Amino acid sequence: MNQTNLPTENQNTKTEIKEEISIPTNMELSPYSKKIALGTRVKEKFIEIFFAINGAVALIFIVLIFIFLFKEGIQALNDIGVLDFIYFDQVQFNDSIKRLYEWYPTSSEPRFSLVPLIVGTLLTAIPATLISTFFGVGAGVYLSEIAKPGAREFLKPIIELFAGIPTVVLGFLMLVVGASFFNDLLEPTNRLNAFIAALGLSFVIIPIIASMTEDALRSIPNDLRMASYGLGATKWQTVSKVILPAGFSGVSASIILGFGRAIGETMIVLMASGNAANITTDILLSVRTMTATIAAEMGEVSQGSDHYYALFFIGIILFTITFFLNLIAEIIINKMRKKNVF
Amino acid sequence: MKKIKISTEDLSLYYSEKQALKNISMNITEKQVTAFIGPSGCGKSTYLRVLNRMNDLIPNVRITGKVFVDGVDIYDKNLDVVNLRKRIGMVFQKANLFPKTIYENLIYGPSINGIRDKNILNEIVEKTLNQAAIWDEVKDRLHESALSLSGGQQQRLCIARALAVKPDVILMDEPASALDPLSTAKIEELIHELKEDYTIVIVTHNMQQAARVSDKTAFFYLGELIEFDNTTKIFTNPKVKQTEDYITGRFG
Ligand SMILES: Nc1ncnc2c1ncn2[C@@H]1O[C@H](COP(=O)(O)OP(=O)(O)O)[C@@H](O)[C@H]1O
Ligand SMILES: [Mg+2]
Repeated sequence: MNQTNLPTENQNTKTEIKEEISIPTNMELSPYSKKIALGTRVKEKFIEIFFAINGAVALIFIVLIFIFLFKEGIQALNDIGVLDFIYFDQVQFNDSIKRLYEWYPTSSEPRFSLVPLIVGTLLTAIPATLISTFFGVGAGVYLSEIAKPGAREFLKPIIELFAGIPTVVLGFLMLVVGASFFNDLLEPTNRLNAFIAALGLSFVIIPIIASMTEDALRSIPNDLRMASYGLGATKWQTVSKVILPAGFSGVSASIILGFGRAIGETMIVLMASGNAANITTDILLSVRTMTATIAAEMGEVSQGSDHYYALFFIGIILFTITFFLNLIAEIIINKMRKKNVF
Repeated sequence: MKKIKISTEDLSLYYSEKQALKNISMNITEKQVTAFIGPSGCGKSTYLRVLNRMNDLIPNVRITGKVFVDGVDIYDKNLDVVNLRKRIGMVFQKANLFPKTIYENLIYGPSINGIRDKNILNEIVEKTLNQAAIWDEVKDRLHESALSLSGGQQQRLCIARALAVKPDVILMDEPASALDPLSTAKIEELIHELKEDYTIVIVTHNMQQAARVSDKTAFFYLGELIEFDNTTKIFTNPKVKQTEDYITGRFG
């Protein structure tokens, strides 16, 4: 914990800064100030334009992706129709009708229900987020409040390193090592299942939540900790009753971002979830997520077919969900900054 | 004759290698106001934090010498620090209310002590707000954010919050340095009333303030306790030349 800044020192630095503020008025009188300003001004302008162009290019790309995705995806609504994305009514031999919620786009009677894919996505993303919240917030609290400075400097990069492991490697590890381990332990119905995928996802999401939680908690002024300890609170009471509530918005933003990442993550679920489009709440069954479906099928689909447009439509849904999750998290974080923490 | 509440013997404190307090021996009398004066950086806050072991929270702090509160060595290995801090409350330079309601701020101390009964908590809230002379100003807005109060009100609420855990001693580190004259006067008046029941130690930059509120005054300089005596004595007839220079404004 960073407790070197006690309130008294804050005051001292504040008065020092005040004294420094009066200096620029003298500088304006300096005969050199104009020359320097001219040279730097051109350079500053140049740098400014350079970054403005960079920003604009990034923005243009996002808009182009967005337009392309929607142009292709909207076609799906023309060709397939909204209801066909939910169910398919199959006529049986005795003329009765059976309602199917299946993703079976290559059948002679193609079925495009997204229900199993959405279920699959939620059944991997929600458990992954729950697991990651538990460990991620725990790790964030540990790093910010409990770890000695030395331990923190050592552990933080290690945790962040996890976020940098290529997801294909994590997927592979879950597929080979994780699945075998839990196959013996839990004897699941399917060797590759939603739980295995969720565990794999957690490796990516825990670092996100841990590092954002740590940032949120560390930005809480030390005064509040002092107030709490000064009233005779223990460390645990201080963390649970003062620090976590004060950092609530930052922590929840990190969880929302983690959830967005869990929904959007592709490689791990493609390799570890089993990819059978089951509609189930049993976490030990194979499932197929929206992302894995696009990744697995886009390569083989014939361009311009219903199947092709359907995959784009899934892309729109994913784009929209993650866009809004990120937006919410961003809004929370901005509010937090403006209010200077809380 | 009043009892000695706190005493330190040959107390030295080091931040890593740097010595911030040098062999300080002092007795603080109960139910009096003791003021610490001295230029900035001379160890007043550090010494204050020794008395309720807040320095424990700073890494690499080393202490030698002894500190007794009611005759008990508070740096004894078996001493319960949490309990010590309940008995020795602290008010900081900058009001540090929690981002919660006024009511929640006040019951924080009692409720971490295990008091759950609503009626008792309400009683504590009313009593401490009255003690801190702020009841009339906040009684209608107890469930509003404490941060919506003015700076002076926030600081008095901090005092009320410290009182709510029923301490014997209140340590105040320049409690009025960030306040306007009117709020400062209110705090000083409050200190005057509180010393009936509490032992008060106050750090202040402001010599007039020390002269107004305190019974005893200690002058610190560069980590040393230069002079400690009755306030009237310090301000009228100091023994040490450095003290005289400081109170007459010749340095610091
Ligand atoms: N947390 C800390 N870590 C290291 N040095 C500190 C810390 N707090 C105070 N000091 C140093 O100890 C000395 C005394 O500081 P302090 O007790 O705050 O003085 P005062 O309250 O009289 O202004 C100063 O030199 C200060 O820089
Ligand atoms: Mg100080």
